[in-house]
Amino acid sequence: MTIHPTKNRKSIILRLFKTIVEFYPIMFPAVILFIIFNAIIGSIPAVFMQNIIELIEQNWQTGDWDAVSGKILSLVGILVVFYVLSLASGYAYNQMMAIITQGTLKKFRVKMFNRMQTLPIKYVDTNNHGDIMSYYTNDIDTLRQLISQSFPQLLVSSITVISVFSIMIYYCLWLTLVVVIGVIIMLFVTKKVGGGSAKYFIKQQKALGHLEGFVEEMMNGQKVIKVFCHENESKADFDKINDSLFNDARAANRYANILGPILNNIGNILYVFVAISGGILLISNVPNVSISGITMGISIVVPFLNMTKQFVGNINQVSHQINAVVMGIAGAQRIFDLMDEEPEQDNGYVTLVNVREENGQLIECKERTGIWAWKHPHSDGSVTYTKLTGDVRLFNVDFEYEPGETILHDVSLYAKPGQKVAFVGATGAGKTTITNLLNRFYDIADGKIRYDGININKIKKSDLRRAIGMVLQDTNLFTGTVMDNIRYGKLDATDEECIAAAKLVGADDFITRLPNGYHTMLTENGANLSQGQRQLISIARAAVADPPVMILDEATSSIDTRTEAIVQRGMDALMKDRTVFVIAHRLSTVKNSDVIIVLDHGRIIERGNHEELIAKKGQYYQLYTGAFELE
Amino acid sequence: MIMIRELARSIREYKKLSIMTPILISLEVVIECIIPFITANLVNEIKNGCDLNTIIQYGMILILMAFLSLAFGGIAGTTSATAACGFAKNLRKDMFYSIQNYSFENIDKFLTSSLITRMTTDVTNVQNAYMMLIRVAVRAPLMLIFAFVMAFVMGGRMAWILLVVVPILAIGLGLVIYKTFPLFRKVFTKYDALNKSIQENIKGMRVVKSFVREDYEQKKFEAAAEDVCADFTKAERILALNGPLMQFCIYVVMIFVLSFGSYTIITSRGLAFDIGQFSALLTYNFMILSSLMMLSMVFVMITLAGESAKRIVEVLNEKSTLINPENPIYEVKDGSITFENVSFKYSKKAERMALSNINLQIKSGETIGIIGGTGSSKTSLIQLIPRLYDATEGVVKVGGIDVRHYDLDTLRNQVAVVLQKNILFSGTIKENLRWGNKDATDEELVEACKLACADEFISQFPKGYDTYVEQGGANLSGGQKQRLCIARALLKKPKILILDDSTSAVDTKTDAKIRKAFREYIPETTKIIIAQRIASVEDADRIIVMDKGTITGIGTHKELLATNAIYQEIYYSQNKAGDQNDNSSN
Repeated sequence: MTIHPTKNRKSIILRLFKTIVEFYPIMFPAVILFIIFNAIIGSIPAVFMQNIIELIEQNWQTGDWDAVSGKILSLVGILVVFYVLSLASGYAYNQMMAIITQGTLKKFRVKMFNRMQTLPIKYVDTNNHGDIMSYYTNDIDTLRQLISQSFPQLLVSSITVISVFSIMIYYCLWLTLVVVIGVIIMLFVTKKVGGGSAKYFIKQQKALGHLEGFVEEMMNGQKVIKVFCHENESKADFDKINDSLFNDARAANRYANILGPILNNIGNILYVFVAISGGILLISNVPNVSISGITMGISIVVPFLNMTKQFVGNINQVSHQINAVVMGIAGAQRIFDLMDEEPEQDNGYVTLVNVREENGQLIECKERTGIWAWKHPHSDGSVTYTKLTGDVRLFNVDFEYEPGETILHDVSLYAKPGQKVAFVGATGAGKTTITNLLNRFYDIADGKIRYDGININKIKKSDLRRAIGMVLQDTNLFTGTVMDNIRYGKLDATDEECIAAAKLVGADDFITRLPNGYHTMLTENGANLSQGQRQLISIARAAVADPPVMILDEATSSIDTRTEAIVQRGMDALMKDRTVFVIAHRLSTVKNSDVIIVLDHGRIIERGNHEELIAKKGQYYQLYTGAFELE
Repeated sequence: MIMIRELARSIREYKKLSIMTPILISLEVVIECIIPFITANLVNEIKNGCDLNTIIQYGMILILMAFLSLAFGGIAGTTSATAACGFAKNLRKDMFYSIQNYSFENIDKFLTSSLITRMTTDVTNVQNAYMMLIRVAVRAPLMLIFAFVMAFVMGGRMAWILLVVVPILAIGLGLVIYKTFPLFRKVFTKYDALNKSIQENIKGMRVVKSFVREDYEQKKFEAAAEDVCADFTKAERILALNGPLMQFCIYVVMIFVLSFGSYTIITSRGLAFDIGQFSALLTYNFMILSSLMMLSMVFVMITLAGESAKRIVEVLNEKSTLINPENPIYEVKDGSITFENVSFKYSKKAERMALSNINLQIKSGETIGIIGGTGSSKTSLIQLIPRLYDATEGVVKVGGIDVRHYDLDTLRNQVAVVLQKNILFSGTIKENLRWGNKDATDEELVEACKLACADEFISQFPKGYDTYVEQGGANLSGGQKQRLCIARALLKKPKILILDDSTSAVDTKTDAKIRKAFREYIPETTKIIIAQRIASVEDADRIIVMDKGTITGIGTHKELLATNAIYQEIYYSQNKAGDQNDNSSN
């Protein structure tokens, strides 16, 4: 979190309000009106009260109630009306504010989430996941405080301050001047002390993050700590971080705690000064300067003292919100940053459609035929259809994640429909990178990739990705049943289709043995399953999607030979009749491949089938005989 | 109650400040309540047309009061901040220390993420509640009592209206709390689930994108967010009744005082009630009602923090299942290991024994291989040796003495385990290696790394042994991490070295080289090697074959290949591939 310069802050607040007005074009302005109405209504009764008190003052010595009862009771009646109005508007704005606050938070969440879905994969790859999460938790929380409490409070207080100030000028300029000087001092103190508090709150947030990171690392390695009897060292490290958090937290809270007493007592002292100034004015007969033109008198000094109190009280209220406002603006800034991230661009116009074959012609149709074709509109208005077969070719592909850091150099290869291509090479050789390019998670720097003869840059990304299945190294399952997770591959798949896919890849066996079979709930990425079982579900998920091209990124974590064999059989079943790219982390999957590509530092150094490469006695031979590490 | 005592134990050096705060606050409240008295008198004096001297006299008193109040308030602000933050610091410290003393069994019980939340969010909740407690929980009742008394002193009969209004507000606030509490509890669970689903989405973004499920995810999320929003709104709307309710009570008193009060003043000719009392009553009324509001806020905060407190106490109260013996033995004689009728299960509730009836004799200096499928309890077996867990039945001996008689640190320093889930910490390679022996010289580090075949890649890094290892060793390959972990264990110069599947990512040649180095350079050390690959244990003195928590065979490679069915199965499944290769290349 950073504190933004004032100019920037203003634009963030402005944007925040604009966004809320967009969310609630009627209710939000209405709430503002209600708050203003409520503040004004709330200040009027004082006038009537003053009238009643005057009436009493004039009449109490007479003891004649009947003489004034009419006047007093009618004034009380008017008061009741105002009170009812005030209650009604108070109720209305509180209720509306609750709706607006929660609704706005929801809309921000959904907006952020929706935007996040459209961002290129690079965003998730390059940002810390914990940081992304804190948009949804910490930053949203700061907004809640800002919208539901700070905003109405500031609005009410500023209206009160303005109205009281006007009345003050109306009565007497000299005393107003005294109050203004006091208020300037109060604002200065608020800025100093309140600003210090906000500064340390942000520091405290940082220190907390630091502590969190440390604890996370230590907790993850707790068993290693035990094995090495390293407890005392880690305690000492922790103490250092914990102490610095304590210092920041203490400073932040101390500033926040003392601001109230300071302002309160400046207020008290100001009160005294107004009283003394009033006394001096009364005695010295200085001509009064005011809008009303009233001459100086007790009737001015006494209400002035009350107004001073009111003034100070409101400034105190505002000062309590300063932390929330500073942190809320920082939160809003971060939320807007996420919402402003550039979404993934897609200029593809070639789409995937269902076709049927008539006399060797491909005819586009709505119903599901099981046959797919690329619909390719040309600039001359004609449309051609190319059958989806799964032919993938790379021509002289260069790629870099960061400009100037080339990861892949001049990679050319082809995979005919139904062929298996395996990538082999050490960590960092560029195996996984190639798969990122096929489905355009990242765009290549130079060269061409063609799918069924069509440049993939012309294909609509969603259709390209539908045509390429993936089984990733790290299995990610979602909260839901096993069935839901398999169906993720094809949302309209029937239960039978899902079960058939599970059977195909050999997952049915263990799934049916789970407590609730296919309806077993999975949570925390399938924490209740073994690594191998999770992989089998992810393979079934890919199988139900049934794409002509598959990318298989083998899991690196070690599973035992038996489970590995089952997973391998599942993979084999999935690979049948598909074009497959295998990223091999172990060599067991590789041998049956049609082509094995050996990568080294982003270049293809060997290619051929297993026998050819073994005979060659080059790098692959070295890897295969275990002379080199694969991972 | 027990829970509070448990928590309070962490206040320690901040006890004095914690007690000082309420005292200071009380003094501040007293002055705050006296100030309106004096100002009221001042106003009366001015009304009666007093001279400037009187005003200045009153002014001096007021300024003195203001300074006193500022002093008390300011000091209380500092003491309360220090006390609350210090309490939080101690809580975090106690939790962390407590966790450091956990045994493996204790560690297994808690999720890392839940421990982190307990040490951050939960502690912050308790810290805020504690500050509330020592500040507001004293201030509000004191104000309430004072204002009540003053209202009756000043207002006389008029004050009876308070007995009508205060219960209304109290009941109203109580109802609001009663209604919203279960709602909030429910919605917070849902909110957690919502955040978890976001996390899942971020982690699984590649899956989402490759299956083109962005729209589906958006719809799913929107529905869940809507659900959370609806519940939150419901709860917040009830909570939003507080403000108007308070206003209502103030208005009722106002109307009552203005009408009935006017009547009383006029009919009694100011005897029963006068204007000064009139405005004082209104002031005290406001004080009473706002302290009630404050009290209800304190109540809510403290109850909400109760959940957090419970989770903290759980961590603090978790007692290590392993304790150091009373008169521990500080020397391990040699690296011999004996298992006598050992059975073991991970928790008392577990139905199945992880190990049953193990009898085993390992001589000092022997090299032992352990092989078997997943779930055959290989890891369970070796974890009993450095007493990471205690055997449920039977005795494990190291150097001829029951492991439970050793000082834990001594035992674990002599029995080095390279865990299956090996972890490096952020810091340089050197720093990581020195976990094994913090006084190791640079030469010793290099020596250990040479043994573990780690020196060959470390010396290729531009910064060599000062290369920074990122969290979890993210910038190293699997094989490099494993070799560093072995070197780290070697630096302990242990009598027993256990490798739990620690060379799985190391290539076969290096694997063999490491084992050869072990044989030549640390012959007296007992070496136990768990492996998936037969090749890694083939040349061991003896190999233990495990299946379902029992030992099915012990012997040399040759013996087992001849007699043990499981060993044969594993051997052939791993070597079939090689055979095929030979056939096809012919």
